[in-house]
Amino acid sequence: MQHPTLGRLLATCLSVGATFATLHAQDGGSLHGNFSTDAQYYLQDSVIGAVMPPQRFAANAWTNLIYTNKNFEAGIRFESYEPPLAGYPAGQPYKGTGLGYRYIKYTMSDLEVTFGNFFDQFGQGMVFRAYEERYLGVDNAMDGFRVRYKPHRGVYLKGVVGQQRFGFDNGFTKGVGIVRGADAEVSFNELLDSAWTGAGNLILGASFVSKYQADQSSQLVLPENVGTWAARLHYTSPKWDFYTEYAYKINDPNSRNGFIYKPGQAMMVNATYSVKGLGASVGAHSFDNMFYQSDRTSPSPFDLNINFLPPLTKQHTYNLPATLYPYATQPNGEVSGQGELFYKFKKGSKLGGKYGTKVAVNYSVAYALDTTDLGVADDTTRRLGYTSKMFVPGDRMYFSDFNLELRKKVSETWELALTYLNLVYDIDIIQGKPGKPKVYADMVILEGLHNFNDKTSLRFEVQHLRTAQDQGNWATALAELTFSPHWFLAAMDQFNYVTMGNEFHYYGVGDTSPDRLHYPIGSVGYIRGGNRFQMNYGRQRAGIFCVGGVCRQVPASNGLSLSITSTF
Amino acid sequence: MKHFTLLLSFFLVAQFAVAQTPTKLPSVIVQTPEGKKVDTKTLSNNGKPMIINFWATWCAPCKKELNAIAEKYADWQKQTGVKLVAVSIDDARSMNRVKPYVSGQDWDYEVYLDPNGDLKRALNVNNVPHTFLLNGNGEIVWQHNNYEPGDENELFRKVLELVGKK
Repeated sequence: MQHPTLGRLLATCLSVGATFATLHAQDGGSLHGNFSTDAQYYLQDSVIGAVMPPQRFAANAWTNLIYTNKNFEAGIRFESYEPPLAGYPAGQPYKGTGLGYRYIKYTMSDLEVTFGNFFDQFGQGMVFRAYEERYLGVDNAMDGFRVRYKPHRGVYLKGVVGQQRFGFDNGFTKGVGIVRGADAEVSFNELLDSAWTGAGNLILGASFVSKYQADQSSQLVLPENVGTWAARLHYTSPKWDFYTEYAYKINDPNSRNGFIYKPGQAMMVNATYSVKGLGASVGAHSFDNMFYQSDRTSPSPFDLNINFLPPLTKQHTYNLPATLYPYATQPNGEVSGQGELFYKFKKGSKLGGKYGTKVAVNYSVAYALDTTDLGVADDTTRRLGYTSKMFVPGDRMYFSDFNLELRKKVSETWELALTYLNLVYDIDIIQGKPGKPKVYADMVILEGLHNFNDKTSLRFEVQHLRTAQDQGNWATALAELTFSPHWFLAAMDQFNYVTMGNEFHYYGVGDTSPDRLHYPIGSVGYIRGGNRFQMNYGRQRAGIFCVGGVCRQVPASNGLSLSITSTF
Repeated sequence: MKHFTLLLSFFLVAQFAVAQTPTKLPSVIVQTPEGKKVDTKTLSNNGKPMIINFWATWCAPCKKELNAIAEKYADWQKQTGVKLVAVSIDDARSMNRVKPYVSGQDWDYEVYLDPNGDLKRALNVNNVPHTFLLNGNGEIVWQHNNYEPGDENELFRKVLELVGKK
């Protein structure tokens, strides 16, 4: 079968490649890139409800190329989904092979201009963040242009215009809305230079973003231009650090908020204290009606997001807490808080012993925002939705997580880490499973690392999760044998020993003979310099895979998978 | 299959064009945990080797690697003058946690934040941990993806080679 765009694409590749080659030959610029693929061959496995896609073999692949020459830079990325892995991506489907990203950029002293695709963010992203997490399939790259200018030392200006990426069909496709934004930041320490006498620094910033989308509704009069603004303050001293940002959005009726005409607002506050051997932080967020997508009828909450509202919870690294019950921000309304402490008991101290002991304590909690419905007195009132106040939590607790970690090198060749977690998780809201009861879970994790010699070591994890809700208890055992610097072998089994299917039962109620399911999987990996190969064979549990603040549901599967990453 | 051939042919062209000239750090703006913007092309270690390590507070192997090096870092510096620059790719979710985390670990590294992955993209890093070794002229001479206990010994051997002690 002749692919309609294939010939054209090939011609583009060759000409772009040839151009780079020529440029290189002429004045010694450089060309670098990377390659990454995740492929899987799916096997039937009805016991765990494994997905069985119509095509047994699926592969995601990417390659980036960046050419730089003095003040000039150009980059392209090819992507291939033939077909994509099951459950990938979270939002709008990706299919076919083609160009996913391309840009040119040049820098002229204090001015930098980018044309084509780019990623950027204002402040901490509450009004604008274009970013990618390729392993999740999140990519809201802008396609347009960006100007960055530094008129004076300590003063940074930025302007962006463009449309956002929305899915992939033999090349990236774009959403209907247009996004425009500007940001200014002043760093007083740099601006005043010698006149600034404090040891600390004060940074002030402000942003404005606007999206345009034509009003095509016959029933409602919708705002075609929706503006948001934000202001931020960052004060730092050698020990203290204080950051706060406030954002306001004018009324933006959209399918996520039920087409109400209420404005949105968001605020974050964070303070940290750091001295050698001790770090502490406290923070709070309040979000109200802050979904901000460049298409008001975007089919999913994953696509066309202009802003990013970070969840204020710890991102766990161990398998069970990371993939079963991770929290996701609720942009329509949330009040959350977090406190954290890191401490190192010094070597030779009573609790530190010969090698020192590290402690980490973390607590985070998220509630619904307290809202008062305006009722349905008349259509105008109903369309205003509700009233609310910032930082006033409602009755419904979405999430809480208390966790404690102790890490200690116990001898020259042994290191141990013990972790305890207590979790409350509103699975109805966070994972969108209506009617499912709140999950209360306790977890204990023991990790050990033993070095046999300079190059060979064994790492193991034993994890246990106890809960009477959702899928019941889980036990996980993992062993990883590494031969530095090239090879590793790993084996893991996850055991779900009270399985209650789709129905909810307490222990001893309902099913008297619950299923006992094992999910064994083996891996082998080979690493050489910038190249990494990994092969897995076995069962993969359904779970939630997160990077940064975003998560994707991965369905259960059985089969053989291969990952390759390479940087050149 | 055609697409595969397509990618392969592109790679061949690309490989042909890849510069044999040494690579220096690209010019990208990162920030210190205190919010100060720094152009990465200005990073240097006064003619001595420099390690650039990409990590994140949510990456377990990254933290193992930086902790393993931390134990030996004082010796490494004494012997070779090497400097380690730890670039955190934590985003808005966790970038505020980086400074207290680093203090709590008692690390002596030079730390920068790359919250939108600009330096990560410019150096074509796929995933963390990823380590680059630069010689005294600021040229990237070696890189390594992944971390396994013991990898730090290989890294240090490369550093020793650079300063001619091996």
